[in-house]
Amino acid sequence: MKKIFPILSIVTVALLGYALYLALVVAPTDALQGEVYRIIYYHVPSAWTAFLLFFINFVASIRYLTRSKASTEMGAKWVAIGIGVVGLIAPFLPPVRRLIPPGMEPSAVATTIVLIPALYFLVGKLFPGDRLDVLAVTSAEVGVVFCTIVLITGPIWARPVWGIWWAPGDIRLTSTLVLWLIYVSYLVLRRFSNSAQTQMLAAALAVFGALDVPLVYLSIWFFRTQHPQPVIGGGGSMDPRMLHVLLFSWLAFLLFGFLVCWSRFRLELLKREVEQAHAMESLAGAEDSEKASLPLSRGTR
Amino acid sequence: MNAVKFLFAAYIATWAIHLFYIGTLIRRFSRLRQQLRELGKGK
Repeated sequence: MKKIFPILSIVTVALLGYALYLALVVAPTDALQGEVYRIIYYHVPSAWTAFLLFFINFVASIRYLTRSKASTEMGAKWVAIGIGVVGLIAPFLPPVRRLIPPGMEPSAVATTIVLIPALYFLVGKLFPGDRLDVLAVTSAEVGVVFCTIVLITGPIWARPVWGIWWAPGDIRLTSTLVLWLIYVSYLVLRRFSNSAQTQMLAAALAVFGALDVPLVYLSIWFFRTQHPQPVIGGGGSMDPRMLHVLLFSWLAFLLFGFLVCWSRFRLELLKREVEQAHAMESLAGAEDSEKASLPLSRGTR
Repeated sequence: MNAVKFLFAAYIATWAIHLFYIGTLIRRFSRLRQQLRELGKGK
């Protein structure tokens, strides 16, 4: 495992370098926006990575919340299986198909929904016990970093294109800001609360936070917004060369996000190890002082 | 030309945020390792 990290780091740096070259040199210039459109090669992959990390946080939180009782855990497993089965069939049924926004493929909807149970079982298998909570805090923190980039690069793009930094009241922008605030609150709760219930409370907050992710994603389909229409799955007309660069850039950022998560995960494990060592030391200290005080107290009686 | 400034600003901001975060991770790692070493010495 120790050898994989440096190798992956070198691969990631090479991919990010190549993605930068593709974004700045190879991708054609946009006829309407000019060079500034190239911000999407950082903005969109960051958004997708943030959504994926919040989704992982959601699944880890659900698993953490339901693991206290065997019956609840079993119920959650069957709900996940049910979501998968319904998600696989429902998008292709005519009444449901009519509800899907134009341009969005039913197969894309089905694949996204099937990912929920797939990730649910994968996370349970790979992160048993308290490691679920470690995964939840890791994915939330790294997700907030990527979401911060989305909220900073978005207005930098909007200023020359729209003429304003921020469109007040725009649902895509507002819901993304709310999403960021929810996860920042999650991290603040975890950082400053010492209650035994902190992990449970944070997991519950994460479930509510995750509900905002589909709203952010689907807002441009269901509401009239100033934000551009989706480039993938929304019937957009993106140049294939631009699309390839965008997907390559996402791959590079995804690998980078994975490495950052890996480091943050190890950090959290180390933190818990130190906390445990501190607790053991203070327990040993308390026992020693108790032993030392016993003969004296007997003698005084 | 003016728009290119925004493009570079966005790219620089992205890497500044990532590098700052990686810096905080490295700092937290070294602090925890130091604490663990001190706890080991105390035993």
